[in-house]
Amino acid sequence: MMWFFLLSDAFTFSALLVAYGAIRFSNSNTWPDADEVFQSAPGIDHGAPLVFVGLMTFILIVSSITMLMAVQAGHRNNKKDCAFWLFWTIIGGLMFLGCQAWEWNHLHHEGYWWSRIPTDKNVNFSNLFFTITGFHGFHVFSGVIINIVILINVLIGTYTRRGHYLMVEKVGLYWHFVDLVWVFVFTFFYLV
Amino acid sequence: MKIFLILLGLTAVEFVIALGIPLSVMAKPVKDTLYIVLTLAKAFYIVAYCMHLKFERVSLIYSILVPMIFIIGLLAALLHEGGHWLNLH
Repeated sequence: MMWFFLLSDAFTFSALLVAYGAIRFSNSNTWPDADEVFQSAPGIDHGAPLVFVGLMTFILIVSSITMLMAVQAGHRNNKKDCAFWLFWTIIGGLMFLGCQAWEWNHLHHEGYWWSRIPTDKNVNFSNLFFTITGFHGFHVFSGVIINIVILINVLIGTYTRRGHYLMVEKVGLYWHFVDLVWVFVFTFFYLV
Repeated sequence: MKIFLILLGLTAVEFVIALGIPLSVMAKPVKDTLYIVLTLAKAFYIVAYCMHLKFERVSLIYSILVPMIFIIGLLAALLHEGGHWLNLH
């Protein structure tokens, strides 16, 4: 069942985030300030902390709501509405991935990468940031692929023939999980 | 949709705390605690309403929530470790 896979995935992400917590806590005197590392957005070179990641968070939350709409349309056996909302969930996912790619590219240009940090701060910041957001981004990517497959199935009538849209509900759970993880990643890398 | 507004509202509060309230008014540890509380609230709403867990069978609810105790345990253990490493530095 999807729930139990998600439980195992929650353990994996928790392990990564708790490890991040321990490493950051034990090196708190050399840890970079989030507001100094993350203060750019497309078109804004510096001085705008939390703006871009705020946009990313907003996009992912909206995509969770469109996913919820798709699931509810499936409950009503409404093929057209379900496809409509699933489509926009996919768009939201792609927008998030695009944003994350921009963020990575921007940081890379500033000198951040695995085992590289352009300031005199602790390099584990870079290692953990790219590993955890990368792992999360990988989940978003696989979620988008899965959603596309399910959208195709909705459109060709697989679930109408089957008599239920439970598959949409299952991938919905996965998608919400991805949003849930992001909420924690956002808090512990950008806010705290 | 009510759930969207709740999630948006909780996130907005986090942003107000982060950008709108200076450190002279609210110290960093206080802000951090609030962030964590708000994030846990968001997590609750996503799991309960978006993922529909609140309306599932009680046995499913417990089978997901109870194992989370291990995560609390891991967190406690590694915060302790982190403190120990800090002292070693």
